Amino acid sequence: MPLLTDDQKMLQETASSFLSEEGSIAKQLRQLRDSGCTDGYGTDLWKQFGELGLTGICIPEDKGGLGLGSVEAALVLEEIGRNLTPSPFLATAVVGARAIEGTAHADRWYPGILSGDAVLTLAVDESRRHSPEQTALTAERRGNGFVLNGTKQFVVHGNSADVALTAARTSGTAGEREGLTLFAVPKGAAEVESVTLADSSKAARLTFRDVQLDADAVVGDVDNGWAQLSRALNSGRAGAAAELVGVAAGATSMTVDYLKQRKQFGKLIGEFQALQHRAAHLYGEIEIARAAALKAAELVDSGSEKAELMASVAKAKAADVASLAGREGVQMHGGIGMTDEHDIGLYLKREAVLGELFGDVYYHRNRVAELSGY
Amino acid sequence: MTDLDTFRSETRAWLEANCPPEMREPMRSEADACWGGRNPNFQSDAQRQWMEKMAKRGWTVPHWPKDYGGGGLSTAETKVLKEEMARIGARSPLTSFGISMLGPALLKFGTEEQKKHFLPQIARGEIRWCQGYSEPGAGSDLAGLATKAEDKGDHWLINGQKVWTSYADKADWIFCLVRTSTESKHQGISFVLFDMTTPGVSTKPIKLISGYSPFCETFFDDVKVPKEQVVGEVNRGWDVAKYLLGHEREMIAGMGLGGIGGGEGGSLGAKLKPDNALLRADIAAFDVDALAFAAMSERFFEMFKAGEAHPASPSMMKYAGTELNKRRHELVMAAGGSDALEWDSERSKDGKAARDWLRTKGNSIEGGTSEIQLNIVAKHILGLPGA
Repeated sequence: MPLLTDDQKMLQETASSFLSEEGSIAKQLRQLRDSGCTDGYGTDLWKQFGELGLTGICIPEDKGGLGLGSVEAALVLEEIGRNLTPSPFLATAVVGARAIEGTAHADRWYPGILSGDAVLTLAVDESRRHSPEQTALTAERRGNGFVLNGTKQFVVHGNSADVALTAARTSGTAGEREGLTLFAVPKGAAEVESVTLADSSKAARLTFRDVQLDADAVVGDVDNGWAQLSRALNSGRAGAAAELVGVAAGATSMTVDYLKQRKQFGKLIGEFQALQHRAAHLYGEIEIARAAALKAAELVDSGSEKAELMASVAKAKAADVASLAGREGVQMHGGIGMTDEHDIGLYLKREAVLGELFGDVYYHRNRVAELSGY
Repeated sequence: MTDLDTFRSETRAWLEANCPPEMREPMRSEADACWGGRNPNFQSDAQRQWMEKMAKRGWTVPHWPKDYGGGGLSTAETKVLKEEMARIGARSPLTSFGISMLGPALLKFGTEEQKKHFLPQIARGEIRWCQGYSEPGAGSDLAGLATKAEDKGDHWLINGQKVWTSYADKADWIFCLVRTSTESKHQGISFVLFDMTTPGVSTKPIKLISGYSPFCETFFDDVKVPKEQVVGEVNRGWDVAKYLLGHEREMIAGMGLGGIGGGEGGSLGAKLKPDNALLRADIAAFDVDALAFAAMSERFFEMFKAGEAHPASPSMMKYAGTELNKRRHELVMAAGGSDALEWDSERSKDGKAARDWLRTKGNSIEGGTSEIQLNIVAKHILGLPGA
């Protein structure tokens, strides 16, 4: 992995100052949560993402985007994670943009993504565990189009998304990779049950009862959606890994600051070796997770055959590390860490949700084993 | 063609013509390494030829200046050479603490005379070096060392004992930390070089739990060392020692990739083929950590070369890499079952799995324990108080 270029460093600085100011916990997460916002993210902030050009990172230059890729997206996502900024960036600007790339839907949705108006999301999971091969939601041909029946869950931003890119089975049976097709399902087509998750983000359970779609709702090819879905998922996994690195780094920086302020037994608690070693261990783990996330992003961008393996490595590692950072963060803060008033607990909640997204640690360890041939 | 492309094609041709076929076979163990020295124990003519041919071009230390026996190659050229060597599976022509540890310290702290004298000998593999750091009473608290060097006008008179001296019984010279002042703990240490055949020097191998003896105790009894064999200023040897330890930690951290005893860093699960679901899960968790650490190693070396790495970051790498290597061998043992416990059979290659497993326990002790590395990270990177 080559080091960051000057342009990438500049982008990182832009994202860092923008998100630490406008996307801070006080201005966004707490404000949205405590005001009962139903979207689950700040629409004004999403517009600002667009104005800064950030929503166009994964969109080609000839389509008005920045024509960059997953590495640059990872830099932005780490800052989103660090500030716990509720944002459709990952679902829309990374996964959504990647899923429709090169299809007829690109021209339809790119402008809205670029301006920060549109929100896209991926609807894959059908049970409490991520398992895209097990997709059972059916799409049967009828007349000129398709009729969809089934359910989806854990559709992030699913209550407000303009379009849910939905994996459906057009042939074969659950468990097979062949026979999957991706559909662009517009808002209002499926029944939506909006759910607030532990981290105050919004997800949806979608129910499809004879939802009729035209043939042009198909994203890519009928029955051959697996490759496209995998590409979108792998960019999402690499992206979620980068965001988790940010969550871990944000929690740990808050914790290390606390160790330098809190006094007990007449000493700063940061003087105690029992805490120093745990903080130092965390530091190393975060560095390692960051390297893995950047490597995965690089391989996803280059279309490497190792991209899938490394995306799983990065997702599993970053989720592990962010979980450790969240747990250690709360523990080292002591009593105050258990209160809603303090921010450290918010990291623990975010880490849990992101850790589950696009496959949890166990899913990805198992993928690593399978891809390595055991 | 760019200059670098030209360099690559010339290098490729030279390696093809000059690297003996035997030296393109993977190393089976540490015993296959070429250590050079006054009484070199070459395993074959091919091994000798390979070292000599590479040394002649300065390619045993490609990035050192030509004046000091190096190849004078740029960072980019050095990388090309390594890639071309890897392409044909060429072994390292010379393994040496002179190259990995003393050399960098001499380049930074040595006088021009010292560099001209010692570095070319290292590059040609003529002198095998060992490191005299730890003492029975100074392990983790290295700066508490007591081996005394008295100023006798034209020479130093050295008395004391070192321990954990790697291959002291096979080394020609030693780079050694000695106490030249008791007024200050850290600023009373000097870094001296001397010949292991000097009267008063003796060594005794230490047998480890693995049954191997890579380390020695080393005794100094009225050893006379010429005054000019101090590197850096008298009483400022701690600066040299710390710099050198950074290089040592980098080297040891590389083991996380599976460099020692664990293969080439491929998937552990693919190698072990676990037949138990719970063991498979542990191995998969390990493979995730190992692949993530491999990405970190790659990034770390890039950052280190570009001067973007934190000076204390080798401590983080050393800690993570050695702990990972210990885990690897725990899993190898678990997967091996009772086969892996055999200590002396031909089937087990004289207990290779068990002996390697036991040897790795030292990885997180030698070169600064894991706990010391965490102290360093806590203090220098996180800025925690009182660390």
